[in-house]
Amino acid sequence: MTALTREETQALIQEVLEVYPDKAKKDRAKHLAVNDQSIEQSKKCITSNRKSLPGVMTVRGCAYAGSKGVVWGPIKDMVHISHGPVGCGQYSRAGRRNYYVGHTGVNTFGTMNFTSDFQEKDIVFGGDKKLAKLIDEIEQLFPLVKGISVQSECPIGLIGDDIEAVSKKKAKELEKPIVPVRCEGFRGVSQSLGHHIANDAIRDWVIGNRDGDESFATTPYDVAVIGDYNIGGDAWASRILLEEMGLRVVAQWSGDGTLSEMELTPKVKLNLIHCYRSMNYISRFMEEKYGVPWMEYNFFGPTKIAESLRKIAAFFDETIQANAEKVIAKYEAEYQAIVAKYRPRLEGKRVMLYVGGLRPRHVIGAYEDLGMEVVGTGYEFAHNDDYDRTIKEMGNATLLYDDVTGYEFEEFVKKVKPDLIGSGIKEKYIFQKMGVPFRQMHSWDYSGPYHGYDGFAIFARDMDMTINNPCWKSMQAPWQKPAEGEAEKIAASA
Amino acid sequence: MPNVMIRKNDAGALLFYVAKKDMEETIASVEMDTAETWGGEVELTDGSRWYIDPISPPPAFPTTLRFKRGDE
Repeated sequence: MTALTREETQALIQEVLEVYPDKAKKDRAKHLAVNDQSIEQSKKCITSNRKSLPGVMTVRGCAYAGSKGVVWGPIKDMVHISHGPVGCGQYSRAGRRNYYVGHTGVNTFGTMNFTSDFQEKDIVFGGDKKLAKLIDEIEQLFPLVKGISVQSECPIGLIGDDIEAVSKKKAKELEKPIVPVRCEGFRGVSQSLGHHIANDAIRDWVIGNRDGDESFATTPYDVAVIGDYNIGGDAWASRILLEEMGLRVVAQWSGDGTLSEMELTPKVKLNLIHCYRSMNYISRFMEEKYGVPWMEYNFFGPTKIAESLRKIAAFFDETIQANAEKVIAKYEAEYQAIVAKYRPRLEGKRVMLYVGGLRPRHVIGAYEDLGMEVVGTGYEFAHNDDYDRTIKEMGNATLLYDDVTGYEFEEFVKKVKPDLIGSGIKEKYIFQKMGVPFRQMHSWDYSGPYHGYDGFAIFARDMDMTINNPCWKSMQAPWQKPAEGEAEKIAASA
Repeated sequence: MPNVMIRKNDAGALLFYVAKKDMEETIASVEMDTAETWGGEVELTDGSRWYIDPISPPPAFPTTLRFKRGDE
């Protein structure tokens, strides 16, 4: 199928909106748009970061998911207490595959679930005493823990527990940072506010911890990787490239990161942001308070990696700039072999994306390196500044959908007929049953890493084995297929 | 009276960022932008107007300042 024209895409949106009642139609129309690269500001064509309509299927998360699941969760040497009923912590436990190095349960706690397991009496009488007891137990059982964060679940805000007071008291007793995070799930319209709240908690309780302490030896080449959650090892694949360039990665936020790395971040020379949506807040703060500049980069696909490496190097002196060129040259043969191998198999395939954070725009370059085309993209919880950045990356007349509903997404897929969909686990089985190849792009479908040159090889292989999987030819039951040679047999007998 | 973070972008233009509103706009013009003072009426590229009492000496950017809406 050839690419849709602007009018056809517009007509498709209108057709999909047709089933909604008037009020819902009016609201949803604002979230669906045809991309127009000439528009400078996304707010003129698309509305984002608004409350989802009751009654439609949304795949958004909550503020607790944004704080505990995304920002705080991967910090490996802290215990993150899911303060409230047991479910929130248990069902989100280790699902994001933030890899880390360490002995779980001894000096790292990433995949463990700590919860205060609220019961009826805690709701009625308050859970502060239980929290204090829990913190004491953690200290006793896991003496190597470097700090504790208290991630509030909905009831904490509803019953008005004073987790700040408990945290302050216990922090003094244990002489370890204890961070209360007010990320109750009902706050905000999506996980995006949870990111913001988590960033603010880091700002208030962590960043300033080593102000005035000059014992950390700095170099002119210190950088911090911010907003890389090490999903399937992403941050490691990124980190080696930076280190080969001659930079020193002081901190990883927050995949495979530690509390002391975060405390040292204000002392770096440059903050490198991968996930802009979840960590731009803290980068802005560090720029204001400590004068640390920040820049966004993109490590998906060789074109974007080379572009980013050069952009990063431009912040430093000539040795680093020369090293950047060396790194790009070093991996050239490797990635060209990958492109040569997979491009013929993937050329011209069309992709629709619907993910969160940074991927709906960042992975476009990687697909283009493989000769594929992204024909539709959308974010679960983006704000306007994300769409500002997306419009330029996407082709003209492609589909943009914000907080797309289950129904809309299915209809778009039926009409656009992409060769691949990249979205989350909630969409995966629907589309696979519809016979469309699917990759789960939140956690790389249990594969990864996808960042860096090493990641690109895995990315290309995964896309190939999904799209060119023989199973897609077997979507029809054998008895529903016209039997082979049947037509000839009839012709011969006649 | 929102808190506004003013920072310079790569091109050297001033950006007007309101975290609560998730709004980032470029500043089109500032009433007083001299070596001694900075402030007064501020107009953004989207046409909205904001006001801040002139500050002297001019603040070092990036910084957070409290602005009033221009039409208040």
